[in-house]
Amino acid sequence: MIGIIDYGMGNLRSVENALKAIGCQSVISDDPAVLDQCEKLILPGVGAFGDCMKNIVERGLDSYIKNAVSKGIPLLGICLGMQMLFEESEEKGLHQGLGFLKGRIVRMETDLPVPEIGWNELEWNQESPLRELLSEHPYVYYVHSYCAGDMKEENLTAYSMYGDIRVAGLVQGEHVMGTQFHPEKSGEDGLKILRYFAEVFS
Amino acid sequence: MITKRIIPCLDVKDGRVVKGVNFVGLKEVGDPAELAKRYYEQGADELVFLDITATHEHRDTMVHIVEKVAEQVFMPFTVGGGIRTVQDIKAILRAGADKVSLNSAAVRNPDLIREGASLFGNQCIVLAVDGRKRESGDGWNVVINGGRIDTGLDAIEWIKKGTELGAGEILLTSMDADGTKNGFDIPFLKAVRKEVHVPVIASGGCGSLAHFAEVFEEDAADAALAASLFHYGELTVGEVKQYLKEIAVRL
Repeated sequence: MIGIIDYGMGNLRSVENALKAIGCQSVISDDPAVLDQCEKLILPGVGAFGDCMKNIVERGLDSYIKNAVSKGIPLLGICLGMQMLFEESEEKGLHQGLGFLKGRIVRMETDLPVPEIGWNELEWNQESPLRELLSEHPYVYYVHSYCAGDMKEENLTAYSMYGDIRVAGLVQGEHVMGTQFHPEKSGEDGLKILRYFAEVFS
Repeated sequence: MITKRIIPCLDVKDGRVVKGVNFVGLKEVGDPAELAKRYYEQGADELVFLDITATHEHRDTMVHIVEKVAEQVFMPFTVGGGIRTVQDIKAILRAGADKVSLNSAAVRNPDLIREGASLFGNQCIVLAVDGRKRESGDGWNVVINGGRIDTGLDAIEWIKKGTELGAGEILLTSMDADGTKNGFDIPFLKAVRKEVHVPVIASGGCGSLAHFAEVFEEDAADAALAASLFHYGELTVGEVKQYLKEIAVRL
């Protein structure tokens, strides 16, 4: 069972639908008693960083999540959920994140349209079992205006180029994994990434 | 690099896709979820559903359709048509759509853009603008209600205002090009692109493979939308993507 953390924001149903499609049971909840029954957790997210963190903190979910990960429960952050894995974000003021990964979320400075909306190729920065699982040139769907900066190379599994910006696409740390793109909206390769998290990642 | 997006558009009326479709084994009208799945399998990058239901009673039907589509299709999709309030936006997004497109309702109540964007994020709000060239030829006016009412608003100014209010993307339909199959309205698209920093989806006028190539080679849009071309089976999404790959517009 995978617990999809509900903190009042984000398109949770899409994640649930995608997990169902790969034959994986999930539950959407903000109740620690329910989430405690789950082997893995997913932190989705849409909206502004500060609002999302505020909602998480108000529900006491920040300490719940930190505690779960410290006990070895794998966590997948999607889009804003991935950004919240980092220490802080400068979106609309400086806000603290969950701090699993070193780095700061920064505004994308480019002549290209912002937000970046669309399909971009994932390029590998670190060896990963996912490389074998996905297609040779995997394209994934991004929607975002901010991205991870000043992060450790070892945490950056794969990236996508947006103009001159190397956008952190797939990040990993101890028991945590994050995707700036939406695996639940990235077709077959996206579903494979979710399956990897559900069945392999620890 | 990011790819240019190919977006089929499906018109839905009272729960059924109403524009003719020509997929093997399907009749003139189709089940939205089933058609969405076909496009997903053909490699479409996104989908747009336009609800052209005339009556309020059928609005809930759209929410159910969105739920069904979201269960079967793991790609982004936008729903537009008849969305007038924040509650409407919420219902559609909750059902599983990724974005809503606002058109006439946003012209009547621009605050809808601001409210929607602040509650659900700019990326959820697509501003759909139908524009027609002024008789004087010096610009474009915004038309609403499916092209029936000329608002007198300057399209470029309206789009600038819309993005300031929080629209994360522009769906630009040229009423001059729409239905002509003579190609997208490049001057109109370029005029918009010069003024805004958000992605622009080109709509109206596409009649051939070359038109997709043209709009991207001219860097006039980030995405191209087409309806009848795909519905009537003149082209498949796969053919368009293959063609663009061959001529090296990065897909």
